[in-house]
Amino acid sequence: MDVKKIKIKAFPAEEFKDNDSLQAYIDELNAEGTNVIIGKLDEMINWGRANSLWPLAFATSCCGIEFMAAAAAHYDLARFGMEVTRNSPRQADVMIVAGTIVNKMAPLLRRVYDQMAEPKHVVAMGACSISGGPFTNSYCVINGVDKLIPVDVYVPGCPPRPESLFYGLLQLQRKVKADKFIQKKRIVRPYRPETLINPKTGEPIDMEVCLEPTPDTSIE
Amino acid sequence: METIKKIIAQAASDAVIEEAQRLTVTVPPKQLHPLMKALHDNEELPFDYLISLIGMDWGDKLGVIYLLSPSKDLTRELVVITATEDRGNPLLYSVTDLYETAHLNEREVYAMFGIRFINNPDMRPFLLDDTWNGFPLRKDYDTDPARNPVTVISSEVRDDVPRIMEDENGNLVESTTRVFEKDDYIINIGPQHPSTHGVMHFRTALNGELIKKIDVRSGYIHRGIEKLCESLTYPQILHLTDRLDYLSANINRHAVCMCVEKAVGIEVPPRAQYIRTIMDELNRISSHLLAFASHCNDLGATTAFIYGMREREHVLDIFDKTCGGRLIINQDVIGGVMFDIYPDFQKDVKAFIPYMRKRLKEYEVFFSKNPIALRRMVDVGYMSREDAITYGVTGPAGRGSGWSCDVRLHKPYALYEQVEFTEVIRTEGDSYARYLNRLDEIEQALQIIEQLIDNIPEGEIQGKVRPIIRIPEGRYFQSVETGKGEFTVFIESKGNKHPYRLKFRSPSMAAVSVMPLISEGEFLADFIGIGGSMDYVIPDIDR
Repeated sequence: MDVKKIKIKAFPAEEFKDNDSLQAYIDELNAEGTNVIIGKLDEMINWGRANSLWPLAFATSCCGIEFMAAAAAHYDLARFGMEVTRNSPRQADVMIVAGTIVNKMAPLLRRVYDQMAEPKHVVAMGACSISGGPFTNSYCVINGVDKLIPVDVYVPGCPPRPESLFYGLLQLQRKVKADKFIQKKRIVRPYRPETLINPKTGEPIDMEVCLEPTPDTSIE
Repeated sequence: METIKKIIAQAASDAVIEEAQRLTVTVPPKQLHPLMKALHDNEELPFDYLISLIGMDWGDKLGVIYLLSPSKDLTRELVVITATEDRGNPLLYSVTDLYETAHLNEREVYAMFGIRFINNPDMRPFLLDDTWNGFPLRKDYDTDPARNPVTVISSEVRDDVPRIMEDENGNLVESTTRVFEKDDYIINIGPQHPSTHGVMHFRTALNGELIKKIDVRSGYIHRGIEKLCESLTYPQILHLTDRLDYLSANINRHAVCMCVEKAVGIEVPPRAQYIRTIMDELNRISSHLLAFASHCNDLGATTAFIYGMREREHVLDIFDKTCGGRLIINQDVIGGVMFDIYPDFQKDVKAFIPYMRKRLKEYEVFFSKNPIALRRMVDVGYMSREDAITYGVTGPAGRGSGWSCDVRLHKPYALYEQVEFTEVIRTEGDSYARYLNRLDEIEQALQIIEQLIDNIPEGEIQGKVRPIIRIPEGRYFQSVETGKGEFTVFIESKGNKHPYRLKFRSPSMAAVSVMPLISEGEFLADFIGIGGSMDYVIPDIDR
């Protein structure tokens, strides 16, 4: 499948600055080919899914206010079917991590992520959640939430304007449209858990072992 | 001043008084409490408002700086310093029996410096977990991340409270109590909860549907800004202050700029002063509009939320055109402002003023007199004037309890001496008074802008500033009125380009510390509404 075939409302594929990484993602996902019927069915389901991504705003600081501004009347997140911000992780499709995540918050972020139902997505909004931002040298700031959870889309800015958030969310919509929903095939971006240490044993945490088993979403 | 000196000399014989930027008193730890009691209880000029409680590490000594002021006369300020030489087990006396606001502040000092306070009934560390290794704000803190590894495994919330009390014979007794009783029914509100206005954790014990007791836990967004500031130059620090109370970003920044300018002796050109004041007031409007919007949203009025955010966008558009930022605008710099106003600035602001007035009337019709809103705000979350003072609750919330505490009026800075405005004071002390105060303050801010907008003088926008700014040795304070209340910057300098210690007084911390008191006996559902009326910003508390 070509990335240009993925159509989302009012934003042609040529206008996206980065099509290559999504193309690489699609190629990897489709390496083994797809059954025509299932492929068509997938397309239909993904059309519905991509246009009703319900966000969970994991808002800790400034970016949360910009998220609120994006959801309010002037910018109107509802245009993309995302206005239903869910406060329960069970009902959300995409977690928008808006703000700095510090050591004390890390277990809670991971727990909320684990409580979300598959298929789930994560958007890292703002410099802090991407890399620690201006606080990267601090003694208790996590330098990027991708150390804790896999991230689908990074939205840079400090804080990002609502327009940049929308750009990121449109990218996410495209990614959702490329997914293989029925076969449960997704590629979860590798994350960097090497800095995590179990306080009881002092050993580095193996995510797969220490957490409750989540449905296998990686490519077989 | 003489009477104060007399009181000090009577209460503490070993006190050393010096006249610096503020009257400064240094006392040995033993005499601290009698001195504070004498200052607090004297009838002539009771120093009953503890503005700031600052932990300090001077290398050989660990200590605390108290900034006090009488609630009647905010222009008088007094600095009290005490210190102990014992770094292994530093103990100082608590002032929690005199000032309620000291509770959370002393716990924060314990977490950051390891100083324990005798007679403080609750000596759990605030902001950091009790499993945290080391005391970050000490100068010899080991920043090795391996000492405090990141984990994704949740730790249990401990219920036992250590304390260290002095008995009648002067012996120190360590003991533990519990936060809640064994049969208490406890509900966790937060940390990740949309109506706590950030990541705050309130452990709430319930009696049926009524709130019995609240235990405030914070630190879920503690980024260690004060420690970071110690290794940054003054212009670099400005970028971190914006991210404390991001709704009043420009006003926070103004405070640090003024503090440095006064210390170094930089003169700010008049044009820059005008731009700063107008920008501050616009920022206050946007902050109050967001407070109105989110408060109404907390009470279930989504329409009001949409309205508030809609008007806020008009202010943000003006910011956007001036300097490209929306929420965090990077406008003030040391010595002036970074960007000049754009040609149509006055036109845009003047168009905004009547528009906003019209909307304020609309809010009144649609929401301020709505019977449901009234039932959820009138007589809910009562805070008396005395409570506001002892907890240090300033801003619209403090003025809703009848305490005249507007820094712009009592300790004027920038152009506030030249403009006329009324301080909005209500005496009801309930959620509704705080709510109305904010809307009235928007009107006052519009009036201030109206007086300034036509008179912006031509000229420079930046004063003469050296490329490397070094502050002469000393202690410097600067207060400003943000959207939430009195925000104070404290800088202790050793003459370098970095501050030796920098502390921000957070108005939101006072607002949160009073929450257990004012929501006791209220419905759990109203707790959210009371929180909205106090309008705290959590990253401002955690820093």
